[in-house]
Amino acid sequence: MADLTTDFLGIKSPNPFWLASAPPTDKEYNVRRAFDAGWGGVVWKTLGSEGPPVVNVNGPRYGAIYGADRRLLGLNNIELITDRDLYTNLEEIKRVKADYPDRAMIVSIMVPCEEAAWKAILPLVEDTGADGIELNFGCPHGMSERGMGAAVGQVPEYIEMVTRWCKQYYSKPVIVKLTPNITDITKPAAAARAGGADAVSLINTINSITSVNLDTMSPEPSIDGKGSHGGYCGPAVKPIAMSMVSEIARGEHTRGMEISGIGGITTWRDAAEFITLGCGNVQVCTAAMTYGFKVVQEMISGLSEWMDEKGHTSIADFKGAAVPNVTDWQYLNLNYVAKAVINQDLCISCGRCFAACEDTSHQAIAMSEDRTFTVIDEECVACNLCVNVCPVEDCITMEAMTPGAVDPRTGKVVQPEYANWTTHPNNPAAKAAE
Amino acid sequence: MSSDVFQPGVMPGRLPAAAYEAQFSDLHPALDGHEALVAADRCYFCHDAPCITACPTDIDIPLFIRQIATGTPDAAAKTILTQNIMGGMCARVCPTETLCEEACVREAAEGKPVLIGQLQRYATDHLQAQGIHPFSRGATTGKRIAVVGAGPAGLACAHRLAMLGHDVVVHDARPKPGGLNEYGIAAYKTPDGFAQAEVDWLLKIGGIEIKHGLALGDGVKLDGLRAVYDAVFLGIGLAGVNALGAEGEDKDGVSDAVDFIAELRQASDVAQVPIGRDVVVIGGGMTAVDAAVQAKLLGALNVTLVYRRGRDRMNASVFEQDLAASKGVRIVTHAVPVAVHGNGAVREIEFEYVDDAMQGTGQTLKLAADQVFKAIGQTLEGEGLPVLDGRKIKVDANGRTSVDDVWAGGDCASGGDDLTVTAVAEGRDAAEDMHRVLMGDDG
Repeated sequence: MADLTTDFLGIKSPNPFWLASAPPTDKEYNVRRAFDAGWGGVVWKTLGSEGPPVVNVNGPRYGAIYGADRRLLGLNNIELITDRDLYTNLEEIKRVKADYPDRAMIVSIMVPCEEAAWKAILPLVEDTGADGIELNFGCPHGMSERGMGAAVGQVPEYIEMVTRWCKQYYSKPVIVKLTPNITDITKPAAAARAGGADAVSLINTINSITSVNLDTMSPEPSIDGKGSHGGYCGPAVKPIAMSMVSEIARGEHTRGMEISGIGGITTWRDAAEFITLGCGNVQVCTAAMTYGFKVVQEMISGLSEWMDEKGHTSIADFKGAAVPNVTDWQYLNLNYVAKAVINQDLCISCGRCFAACEDTSHQAIAMSEDRTFTVIDEECVACNLCVNVCPVEDCITMEAMTPGAVDPRTGKVVQPEYANWTTHPNNPAAKAAE
Repeated sequence: MSSDVFQPGVMPGRLPAAAYEAQFSDLHPALDGHEALVAADRCYFCHDAPCITACPTDIDIPLFIRQIATGTPDAAAKTILTQNIMGGMCARVCPTETLCEEACVREAAEGKPVLIGQLQRYATDHLQAQGIHPFSRGATTGKRIAVVGAGPAGLACAHRLAMLGHDVVVHDARPKPGGLNEYGIAAYKTPDGFAQAEVDWLLKIGGIEIKHGLALGDGVKLDGLRAVYDAVFLGIGLAGVNALGAEGEDKDGVSDAVDFIAELRQASDVAQVPIGRDVVVIGGGMTAVDAAVQAKLLGALNVTLVYRRGRDRMNASVFEQDLAASKGVRIVTHAVPVAVHGNGAVREIEFEYVDDAMQGTGQTLKLAADQVFKAIGQTLEGEGLPVLDGRKIKVDANGRTSVDDVWAGGDCASGGDDLTVTAVAEGRDAAEDMHRVLMGDDG
């Protein structure tokens, strides 16, 4: 079995699967269950300043998007940071860390953007023996209306400032958790780096309204007839999260930063993908909230099996392996020509490829009387829509044309050389407008 | 097991009284809301879907399934009922495994088609349970049309005619409407009085009057109807049952499977329907299976279904054959009856095995039998009918007969396949053609 142990910022954990700061990590009881189930680490649910804790809504906190058979694809929440007393949390963190010394224990913190507030809480957290802290600059609802969470994460100067205070008043690793509710994710990441952060974690949840009740005209979740935007997470957000992770992994001012990947990670494969995009570990929440803590067993066995199959002996072996292949559109090879090919043995004749291509694309699929579907190479631009709508895996594939062959669509010989937007003779805007 | 099951002879109440309700409960219990959503989600919404082509009534199946999947089952029902006004019954009795579900691409892909029949039932039940009738009559045309036969073909024709604004009088020989839906289909396929409930719902369109106790040639004559009405649709059943051609077949205990099924369907208490200890059903179609299975459900100890050809030639689908086998019916193939033995009442029936060319082999089989049900096909009876094609009324693609103002459809008409759904299609299409002719739009 492959070695899954992870060293993230010097923090060791038996596997790269951490539970993200969220309801599953709000209490000693839950966290002990998580560790017993096999999770490599937790980020304890966000602590606030000393004093009366926040009060949550007393109605529904979650809204959902479902797929087939009520499979949860997306979850949105309007829960705030921990609504339990600060000292109760600190005592529990200390006890659990002492009992599970081999697991990573990170404490999430969100206090007002004032030096005194951070200066007050950081020694208390340090005293728990936790392995590091994560700054919650991401929550998009509630706390952001009070100048915290995403309100900080959207202002790079604040990120830098607060990170600096944390590095000043806390001796262990500082992770800055980023909000995706921003145009360019590399800006806050660079600010965190400038402030001395040891790593960033992303993404936090996305501003969202999951549905509107058409009887009451209230957004869901509805609190006494009103709804507020919540934070969206779960499998639906994974593509957004991976894009943002990749931006940081290859950004001019952010590359080389340690990243803890978050966003819709549901299976070992999702985790592996985040790691190939440069993450040193991953954080999971919705999958655990959907299926319980036992899902980590599949993540561990799956990642291990895949690593064995590929000959990877450690997480570091493939960390960032896909980053060099993430590029800008302008550098994609325009001399690469592919055509869709339909495997007639696998085809079940549903005709979805035909409907999609005929109605919405390039009229590049022919349908015969006996429902045989074939690609018309003269029309096929290899857009991949037929592959995407085909219900049978591998029935339609995109096959690259061999250089030297003539593309029946353009009548041009497929060239062996790489040529992109900046070099293609016919492409306008070869040079970007300044 | 009740000791009564071992008693020879034909007697009621072989099973404990409490057993019958479960025995004759719904063959396919209705899908609940969540099950329907899960089943609906499996539909690929195929382009020019093969299931539509396979449906004799051309129901837009992908559309109605998508309407279920998006939480609008009543819209789904309307999609179904627009094409097939007896969509509720067809959802229960159609051999979907040889129609829409056989054509389903998921049958090809994984051997598990979308549950089209059960989804259709979900939608139509949802609408009909609310008493909603989504169709209304067109402007009155002043035309009066006679329909003979209140079965699926006649009722479908009547409903479409009423929608188009005509006044319809349906004549039927039996005391209740529904035809084979009411009298000729196994009880477990349409429990809880569904057949009558569906007719009551269908008649909500208005403009349809039903006269009972009037059989064609016995109460009403075709010429008489033609004289009074603007047009006539013949949707009559097949009243004659083919003979076995075996010595001694007139003995007590030998009867028609259709009569047994009708008796069972009309019984106020199925426990009171007498059944033999040893029952033999002769035939290979749906009627044979319905009779055999229900004989078993009534408590017959041994039920044997005997067919003269191989199982692949049986009109009963593989699903029906498997259903019979699962209920304990023994299926014997390649055997023809040669003699019915017994002193007054049947005690035993003798068969000869035949080869694929139906040639006798000289090998025989004797089965103990208190009851023998014949299910070897029915024939059209009647005089003064339009020109026949073989043994049925000759019709063209629009259901027109050799007589100008007479149309026909369903079991009595040529070209069909004796399915409820086909009868509905023929009745509907004939109505549309009658409308065109009567309104002078016949191009």
